[in-house]
Amino acid sequence: MTYQRPNFRHPDAPTNPLGYTRRDYEGSISTLCAGCGHDSISAAIIEACFGLPLEPHRIAKLSGIGCSSKTPAYFLGRSHGFNSVHGRMPSVATGASLANNELVYIGVSGDGDSASIGMGQFAHVVRRNLNMTYIVENNGCYGLTKGQDSATADRGSKSKKGASNPYEAIDLASLAIQLGATFVARSFSGDRHQLVPLIQAALSHKGFALLDVMSPCVTFNNHTGSTKSYVHVRDHIDPAPVDFVPIRDEIKASYEAGTTFEVRMHDGSVVRLHKDSGQEYDIEDPQAALRAIAEHEQAGRTLTGLLYIDKDAPDLHKVLGTSPRPLNSMQEKDLCPGSKMLDSINAGLR
Amino acid sequence: MKPTDIGDPEYFHKVVDCQYACPAHTPVPEYIRMIAAERYTDAYMVNWESNVFPGILGRTCDRPCEPACRRGRIEADPVAICRLKRAAADNKGDVSERMPSAPKTKNGKRIALVGAGPSSLTVARDLIPLGYDIEIFDDQPKAGGMMRSQIPVFRLPPGVLDEEVGFIIDMGATTFLNHRVESLRAVLAQDYDAIFVGTGAPRGSDLDIPGRKEAGATIHVGIDWLSSVAFEHVESIGKRVIVLGGGNTAMDCCRTARRLGGEDVKVIVRSEFSKMKASPWEKEDAMAEGIPIINNHVPRAFLHENGRLVGMSFDLVEVSYDDKGRRSLVPTGEVVEFPCDAALIAIGQENAFPWIERDIGVEFGKWDVPVVDPQTFQSTNEKVFFGGDAALGPKNIITAVAHGHQAAISIDLFCRGQDVRERPAPGVTLISQKMGMHEWSYDNGVSDDHRFKVPHADPALTLKNRKLEVELGFDVRTALAEAQRCLNCDVQTVFTTSRCIECDACVDICPVDCINFIANDEEPVLRAGLRAPALHAEQDLYVSDTLVQTSRVMVKDENVCLHCGLCAERCPTAAWDMQKFLYNVTKAGQACAPSKR
Repeated sequence: MTYQRPNFRHPDAPTNPLGYTRRDYEGSISTLCAGCGHDSISAAIIEACFGLPLEPHRIAKLSGIGCSSKTPAYFLGRSHGFNSVHGRMPSVATGASLANNELVYIGVSGDGDSASIGMGQFAHVVRRNLNMTYIVENNGCYGLTKGQDSATADRGSKSKKGASNPYEAIDLASLAIQLGATFVARSFSGDRHQLVPLIQAALSHKGFALLDVMSPCVTFNNHTGSTKSYVHVRDHIDPAPVDFVPIRDEIKASYEAGTTFEVRMHDGSVVRLHKDSGQEYDIEDPQAALRAIAEHEQAGRTLTGLLYIDKDAPDLHKVLGTSPRPLNSMQEKDLCPGSKMLDSINAGLR
Repeated sequence: MKPTDIGDPEYFHKVVDCQYACPAHTPVPEYIRMIAAERYTDAYMVNWESNVFPGILGRTCDRPCEPACRRGRIEADPVAICRLKRAAADNKGDVSERMPSAPKTKNGKRIALVGAGPSSLTVARDLIPLGYDIEIFDDQPKAGGMMRSQIPVFRLPPGVLDEEVGFIIDMGATTFLNHRVESLRAVLAQDYDAIFVGTGAPRGSDLDIPGRKEAGATIHVGIDWLSSVAFEHVESIGKRVIVLGGGNTAMDCCRTARRLGGEDVKVIVRSEFSKMKASPWEKEDAMAEGIPIINNHVPRAFLHENGRLVGMSFDLVEVSYDDKGRRSLVPTGEVVEFPCDAALIAIGQENAFPWIERDIGVEFGKWDVPVVDPQTFQSTNEKVFFGGDAALGPKNIITAVAHGHQAAISIDLFCRGQDVRERPAPGVTLISQKMGMHEWSYDNGVSDDHRFKVPHADPALTLKNRKLEVELGFDVRTALAEAQRCLNCDVQTVFTTSRCIECDACVDICPVDCINFIANDEEPVLRAGLRAPALHAEQDLYVSDTLVQTSRVMVKDENVCLHCGLCAERCPTAAWDMQKFLYNVTKAGQACAPSKR
């Protein structure tokens, strides 16, 4: 019996412009159920960080509690990590970001961790526009405690035992837009083509980026009657394709004039969206975004893709005017302004 | 692309690169697992069934399996398959009980085998248990053919050879040794039911350049000289020896010369080092014994004084290739001389059939060699079959064995009045290896070890004693560690389209990015569009039926699959399964009765 990942990789495996191979972004072997959507999201995060590219040691991954929050062990094994208290990842992320805003922060949470126990924390990290990528691995159930309905389970969705969920679902994407999030996207763990560029765009966004990713629970929520199963999601999503063009790359793919529009991010990279995909509203208009989400929902569909972006809103650091330098790089002379300065401050208070 | 037909045994056979490359298609991973389980006798018998001479081949095989080994595509060196075979032979227990024997009632058919080399012995091995009377003729005093006369004893101890040749002779073959067959017509006249010719390629090419006749006393044709050494007609050679030729015979000649008194032995070759025909390991072994290999020298003349060889002169050449990649050796104008007391010519071997009359129905074709069907090994005289070097030109022992098996099938079909072209299908099984959660009946962990070196005896001793074996073989611990390097390529990844829920778990877990779910297309498009582009066209793509949810297909590049089973381990619906594929070439008399049409 062996359940270890061999150390060999494809001999022709590519390296990214930083000289890393995909392997440098991998983590330990996953202990989640075989076929879990979360593993696909982990793979998409690996792919996104490899492709951008980011240096593994410049990334910090944070999580709370739950199946989703276990996954940071399974990707970016050479990055910083903090597995925090249930629902309290946003606080830890806020503290970490304020201490060192040079790292790229990836928060991984689940529907329980964010929409139930962590709801209060979630709301505040959104409205503060903390510069981080917040990924909700949303499977509509509590997989770690045998599949009870979670707060994001759709009304009427059936549990594995056959019981219908009587409660209204919390839609984290709409909620985030209402709370002032500056980057909101929805995707599906089984749609790697869309998910990877969305993660890359989120990582390039300076501000709070929410990614609500439908991620089937293969053990407790992948049956007929569930609205979060592989089959149901595939049948009911309207995916709006997204391309992400990192700064380094020239724009290669050519599209017919007028069929796409581009959002240029602050770091110079470009997110390209397709007009003919049913996503015909202005994604920089929050009301239009909320309306589009609701209209699709009323039609029994789920719109996936980049739903809303405000690329110019100041992030928490800018709002607070904190030091751009990480605290850990400051010496005594940086932190202690000296007696002269103290005297002048004191004088100003007299 | 069309979905892959895994019902065709050749598809998975090709995935087992080593077995596919082996002329006799020995089930390599099967016996390597047995070695790892310390089942040496079983491992030996798996070999013996397929290649007849595991102990001999474990020392002398040309190893077409090793360059094919998948391990060589993911790291520097392939599994030491050949030396593991030897480990099975070295550590085996008593196999006499397992050897087949002749049935009490014979079938009344008499077969003559001309030559007692590997191909003839294989025919005997396959036909004796079926009740045939086998009569073997050979001009040497002992059976074994070139395995005895041309392979030096320091590479192949006589005890090993005698044991494995003995297994076959002892089944009940009648041997006529020291008996040179001078006329095939005379053999045909004796009313055998069939005749098999396995006389090898007995004539060493000579080199007709100035001085060859005058200094002939100390110039020898390599294979004849090796044979004289093997039968102890020759026990010494001059101190300075030049060996001409770049093949394995040249390597055997130079190393033998080192042991017979040659102190300054050189191998001088026309071609460049990389184009030499000798196996890389044989070149290494020769050089390790202090024998320089001098390349790009074309022999010009034997230099002699008073009828005595004193040296050789060579044209120094440069190698150039034209637009079509054809090689030519362009003289630089420089002539180089090397002094020597003796020269051995090992520049090639030829078939020679002076004993086969040209009017007895055996048609001869180009190069004056008999016309032989490469599948049935039948000649144009339906009673006469050929095999080994005698059939399709000089190759190697394992090829001769493969020929022998096929010729035996033909002879058996022929003697039963059936069509020799109706070849039996291979015996194939495909069985799931799943035992439980994370549990497979094979060791699916992939060892990180690099190839282990086979220890050699002290050259101070081996160079003094021609009969001392140089290679010592793996000890049991090293053999186990080397066996663990095998990737179990016969444990196949079998995909069931209808079970797949397209969760991508297999794609994510595959350590070598073999698995893809993409839109179907023509093969070149698919190859270019995979996660890791499939650049090796000789390695197949495994393509599934169209998937239900997204209308994509699963495409797996077989090239560097580690057969680690993680795809099956990760699959929530057992759409992937690891199934052991055992492919056995059917031997004479083993086939099921052909279906009546």
